[in-house]
Amino acid sequence: MDREKRKEEDFSLPRLRAGDRAEFARLVDAYSGVIYRLGLKMLDDPQDAEDILQETFIKAYRYLKDFDGRSSLSTWLYRIATNEALMLIRKRKNVPLSFDEALDPDQEIEKPLQILDWCCMPEKELMSAEARLYMQQAVEQLSPGLRAVFVLRDIEGLSTEETSRVLNLSESAVKTRLSRARMRLRELLTAYFGERMSALGLVEPGDD
Amino acid sequence: MDHEHCHSLLNSLSDYVEGDLSEELCAEIERHLQSCENCRVVIDTLRKTVYLYHATAADPPVMPQDVKERLYTRLDLNEFLNPSP
Repeated sequence: MDREKRKEEDFSLPRLRAGDRAEFARLVDAYSGVIYRLGLKMLDDPQDAEDILQETFIKAYRYLKDFDGRSSLSTWLYRIATNEALMLIRKRKNVPLSFDEALDPDQEIEKPLQILDWCCMPEKELMSAEARLYMQQAVEQLSPGLRAVFVLRDIEGLSTEETSRVLNLSESAVKTRLSRARMRLRELLTAYFGERMSALGLVEPGDD
Repeated sequence: MDHEHCHSLLNSLSDYVEGDLSEELCAEIERHLQSCENCRVVIDTLRKTVYLYHATAADPPVMPQDVKERLYTRLDLNEFLNPSP
């Protein structure tokens, strides 16, 4: 059974709210994998991801009795986990709380600087282990506010509406941030694949 | 990307890639792309960027067994660690 596709109605809210251990264990079993991955993508550190995973389910168990069912269980879990991740990022990087606001994630998009067509590189280059590692590191370079939107939308596959519920943002703010995150990653990937193209002799010197 | 017109379209590029734009704005972008090589490259590489991240995300999440065991211990759920199928 595909655990990620497990339906919300598979869980009994009354039993969860009443603190039923077996039902809670089923919830943990169904969602621990995606919550762990979310932590890994947000912080790129297995120990941090494990801390986020544990804190998320400790808080979930504590607050399930207050869960009102207005959002889905998965959205609610993502919300707890994302908040944990953002708190940990601020702690780790010693970033003040106003970090996001100072950079204003909703401001106008930056102009593309790197214009180089790397789309035709061989698939094995684009998906090599080194390229994947670089892609993950590129995500870590996004500001936390952009990173959260990008991970939820483009890695976890949540809809704009779900992401807006998780992050308590308007849908238009989610779209703007996703757009900025993608454009920023495009810049970073263009720099990386541009170098790879030169190294492979796929681009003439001065051609970029 | 020096044209003013290119810049004004930038904010719509992600929605364009997503297929999430009005027909009118879509047509405007496509008209512009016919005459602007730079914007074409930006769109193509943006699309490829999103494609590559989607491709790496397609792998199912893998949580090491020891991480799972510590989670269940922390939550006092050890009795449910290996439920019979």
